[in-house]
Amino acid sequence: MTRRANPAPRANTGAPASPPPPPPVDSPPSGAIPSLLAGTDVLVCCGSGGVGKTTTAAALGLEAARQGRRAVVVTIDPAKRLADALGVPGGLGNDPVRIPLEPGGSGSTGSTTTAASTGTGSTGTATTTGELWALMLDTASTFDGLVQANAATPEQAERIIANRFYRNIAGSLSGTQEYMAAERLHALHADPRFDLVIVDTPPTRNALDFLDAPGTLARFLDHPLFRLMMMPTRRGLKVLNLATQPVLRTIGKVVGGDVVADAIAFFQAFAGMETGFRRRADEVITLLHGDRTRYLLVASPREDTIEEARFFARRLGEKALPVAAVVVNRCTPDFGPASGKRPRAAAAAALHDNLAELHATATTERHHAAALLTDHAVPPGTPTVFVPTLPTDVHTLAALEAVRGFLHDGATR
Amino acid sequence: MLVVELDGKPTLDGLLPGVEVQHISASAALAEYLDTHGLSRVAKRLASSGIIEVVATASPGIDDIVVLGKIKQLERSGNYDLVVVDGPAAGHAITFLLAAKGLLATVRGGPIAAQAAEVAELLADPTRCQVILVTLPEATPVNEAVETAYALEDRVGVHLAPVVVNAMDDGALLAAEAAPEGSPLRAAAEFRNARRRLHADACDRLASELALPQLHLPQVAGSVLDAAAVDHLADAWEAS
Repeated sequence: MTRRANPAPRANTGAPASPPPPPPVDSPPSGAIPSLLAGTDVLVCCGSGGVGKTTTAAALGLEAARQGRRAVVVTIDPAKRLADALGVPGGLGNDPVRIPLEPGGSGSTGSTTTAASTGTGSTGTATTTGELWALMLDTASTFDGLVQANAATPEQAERIIANRFYRNIAGSLSGTQEYMAAERLHALHADPRFDLVIVDTPPTRNALDFLDAPGTLARFLDHPLFRLMMMPTRRGLKVLNLATQPVLRTIGKVVGGDVVADAIAFFQAFAGMETGFRRRADEVITLLHGDRTRYLLVASPREDTIEEARFFARRLGEKALPVAAVVVNRCTPDFGPASGKRPRAAAAAALHDNLAELHATATTERHHAAALLTDHAVPPGTPTVFVPTLPTDVHTLAALEAVRGFLHDGATR
Repeated sequence: MLVVELDGKPTLDGLLPGVEVQHISASAALAEYLDTHGLSRVAKRLASSGIIEVVATASPGIDDIVVLGKIKQLERSGNYDLVVVDGPAAGHAITFLLAAKGLLATVRGGPIAAQAAEVAELLADPTRCQVILVTLPEATPVNEAVETAYALEDRVGVHLAPVVVNAMDDGALLAAEAAPEGSPLRAAAEFRNARRRLHADACDRLASELALPQLHLPQVAGSVLDAAAVDHLADAWEAS
């Protein structure tokens, strides 16, 4: 337990009104997070809701860009958190948008930051050679793209995309979303514009389902029902005849006959595309298990979110995907214990109590975080970075720069 | 009163002494649904052949609708005068609650369509069902709450109850300048004041963008959610 040190370096928490001076730009990676990024092509951030996962993903993207990487941050969450964290006013779409970064520093308004970043010598003012891009996954258009890429003719693609059953699957089916997330990850990884893909997963327990998603599709294609539905094209049967098959009649009883008819039409239109889809699914699985694909756990020092982090760690462990690093966000800054007697005057007593309260909370939080780090939920020696609660919201690049500073310096194991 | 948890997380167990807590999962709800509709043989056959996944695929939102249908059934049972559901997170809540409308548009006839119609009726009736949005006093959660509120009203058509602002630090500002510059007392007070201003600003903005009454729940000291903390929150709720 003792090897896990204080959540935040005291020097950083001492002056919370201004962000910490950012580390030198384009310096060779030295800390745990910078060296992790240096060896990574795909970084998946997972954790429960309300732990600042999106902010972390965005700050990691910023750090990578400062290292000269061409990073793209992807959010699978339909909520607009990433756009907020990056200060993109119009929101993000399915196509990557380049985030304008000021050379060397940030869009900082704090004079401390500006002074410090220019004070780091020539590297501080040098142009940032890296790039930061961001996008929000649109499941339906990603699926459309996949269909278009695999269809034998534009007409086949059109027929599929117009099918009502297809629109249902592509638009709102939860498994499809995960599958498309994995698919998109693969496409971005192969995109020459980027050399690092950072994924922000949804804040749900099934966030890691996308690890299984490509396999689910392969199983789906092998499913007897799928084969049955594909049969008519091979045997020249009419859709109507097929719909009278007992198993399909049964399904029709539950969900309505129209749905079954639409489904059959979809599968018939889909005929011939299975091979391409299956090959792609295999490629995606290989990428997700590749040794330059890393998984990062994000938590906050509350007992319930630590418990969730352990859940994710276990799930990753089951798949032999080790946690490469842990980021514990929203740590209450510890300004030290309140010394001396509690003053009698109300205002002074309030100051005394505040210091004592923050110290007590920070101590409890360290205790909770230690539970994650010491019971082998994550492998011993996993780099862990503690990021304090900031006095401001993180929804501007300047504030994000402060978070990046903590991640860069991090690794207070 | 009954509390319903989704998503398979038993987080509320043991936190609410004397209150019944039920967990609803989509697969269990679907099996039960088929069973009570005289389709138990179908259910077994579908489950054993793995076709149940395909059924869910054939009709998106079917898993959501059986969960919502189960909730509706609990509401209609007359055993509870209040059913509280711990719903999915903001982005997913819309999809979840839209399942009824979505299915009504695609599925014509059949028991599922009937189920969807009854759920849609429940959601549209403010005397039977209301949604409480829960947010945090920070910029991003407030943005999300505002967006979710509009989507729920416009697309789902469900009635919104007061919005809850959770973990609110709304104490008076501290006299930070009374402490010596550079001292831990001063730094701690300045940090706390900054957070309190941030929380107040977030609530102001929420009020200006969303014409709903707000209920503020205090930050619970410490970082453990236990029965005592829940009790404390309940008292704060009553007082507000």
